[in-house]
Amino acid sequence: MSVLPQETTVSANSSTAAAETRAAKLMKRRSRIRFYEIIVWIAAIAAYFVLPSKMLILTEIAILALFAVSLDLVLGFAGIVSLGHTAFFGLGAYVAGLLALHFIAEPVTGLIVAGIVSGLLGLLTSFLILRGSDLTRLMTTLGIGLMMAEIANQMAWLTGGADGLSGFSPGPILGMFEFDLFGKTGYLYCVGVLFIGTMIMRRIAFSPFGLSLKAIKGNPMRSAMVAVPARKRIVTAYTVAAIFAGMAGALLTQTTSFVSPDVLAFHRSADVLLVLVIGGTGYLYGGIFGAILFTLVKDWLSVITPQYWMFYIGLLLVILVMIGRERLSRWVEYLPERFSKKEDR
Amino acid sequence: MLTILFDGIAYGMLLFILACGLTVTLGLMNFINLAHGAFAMAGGYVTVVMMNRYGISFYWCLPAAFLVSALIGLLLERTLYQWLYQASHLDQVLFSIGIVFMAIAATDYFMGGQQQLINLPPELSGRMDVFGVGIGRYRLFTIIICAVLAVALQLILSKTRFGSRLRAAVDDRRVAMGLGINVPLVFALTFAFGSGLAGLGGAMGAEILGLDPNFPLKFMIYFLIVVSVGGTSTVSGPFLAALLLGIADVAGKYYVPAIGPFVIYALMIVMLIVRPNGLFSRGGR
Repeated sequence: MSVLPQETTVSANSSTAAAETRAAKLMKRRSRIRFYEIIVWIAAIAAYFVLPSKMLILTEIAILALFAVSLDLVLGFAGIVSLGHTAFFGLGAYVAGLLALHFIAEPVTGLIVAGIVSGLLGLLTSFLILRGSDLTRLMTTLGIGLMMAEIANQMAWLTGGADGLSGFSPGPILGMFEFDLFGKTGYLYCVGVLFIGTMIMRRIAFSPFGLSLKAIKGNPMRSAMVAVPARKRIVTAYTVAAIFAGMAGALLTQTTSFVSPDVLAFHRSADVLLVLVIGGTGYLYGGIFGAILFTLVKDWLSVITPQYWMFYIGLLLVILVMIGRERLSRWVEYLPERFSKKEDR
Repeated sequence: MLTILFDGIAYGMLLFILACGLTVTLGLMNFINLAHGAFAMAGGYVTVVMMNRYGISFYWCLPAAFLVSALIGLLLERTLYQWLYQASHLDQVLFSIGIVFMAIAATDYFMGGQQQLINLPPELSGRMDVFGVGIGRYRLFTIIICAVLAVALQLILSKTRFGSRLRAAVDDRRVAMGLGINVPLVFALTFAFGSGLAGLGGAMGAEILGLDPNFPLKFMIYFLIVVSVGGTSTVSGPFLAALLLGIADVAGKYYVPAIGPFVIYALMIVMLIVRPNGLFSRGGR
């Protein structure tokens, strides 16, 4: 969330070359590793040693974080409000489960296959979200999510229907690291995938490509005028997000050795939106911060009111919107701007 | 065959009554209100409570459902919704999902999670044969009421002073205010009226659609399809869209039960490809 300096307005007499170097510098500034990013990853590793008894909930956080970060690519950068992001999460979960059940139990292979299959679905459905207004997009994404849930329910011979998939256990990761009873390996595995996934998405989001996505979000007409191919960009972003959402689903399957139809339920799509709202959109790490807070709040609520926690989640949503989302994520701006020394200007 | 068509029409009419309030909020005020189903559910539960606990006649329950939902709508509009007319669509979506969640949990808490049943008055239950077509009496009743409402709605919008005020307020809020139209009042009344209609739809649909706490979520997609396929600028657009959706859904579930639930999604996708801006979009908007 860096504030762009005033000097970026290119004065009329500056040559193209000067403008280019300035633009390159700007891009560099934008993509610089920030202070809080280092903290996040150090904390993730530290949690492994400090909280050995909380591995399961930490794993849950890591999975939700990956899911939310992938949605941020669509929502925060491309500006598409999706109510059906869980379609990809659920598809990934089922693909990983089926693969482990029938073919290979090795998790990384499952992860990659799940990512590819989800990505394909993302690619196919992205052409539908290109059309129409926000409203039609809401309808389409919601429809796709519900359709996937219905398919999982109807194809009971493949997916186990309402009972879900079980009876498989993931093999050792890359043939070397066994999953243990306390979920320690699982946690490290999930954090590893989260790290790699976030880094890849970060590379995408803070590249000129990501900037052009934000341009499309801001004003599709104007971005088309400066020759940004909106349709192509949105298709790409949506597909990439689908891949990582599928991987998050696969992680859930592999760490719990179980797939339930719940992975495709609507409330997951709403949850992940809430996660992003809590953490803030448009800088990827919002997904991670949001996932931590959301999981803790949900865990706490489900202890107090096991049956009616949904009410408080709803209340939280209403309050958040009433207060204003922007005010919430502004705290990140107060953190030290950057990690490295000033070297440009 | 004709029976299915008839059932489909009844179902579609019901969807129209449920969704037309949303057409108004969405098309006219540009507010994406996913919580619309919650108002419908409120109307349904009002009917259930009045009939089953206090034994009040079904015919009195319908206006009561309308009034209660409209009052809830008015209250929420004044306290919460009105601050969000200018907010981004994401905010509106999040806010209304929050409302849906609260409504679901609250209903579950007060009424329990089971399906609610209502006993229709005897003259409305059962079927009768008209020229060899089996016609459910209640469905006929639904069709008549909904048709009357649809016509009335169209007339109100196009012929009355309130209708023209509303259209003016929607077309250009600032100019309308400049002309001395009390835009917030018009919006509040419209919102309340739309919520009331949803409540009425929920009350009438309790028999056909079923009623349980998950009602708002279950029918959210239907409302969205009706509104986005039908377009938001007319009454007739959503009306035809609702009819089409109702017939397609009923026919799909009857003829091909295995893929029945997918018929509406397929319809949605086809519509989107053929007419991305709605079935009867007014060009240029």
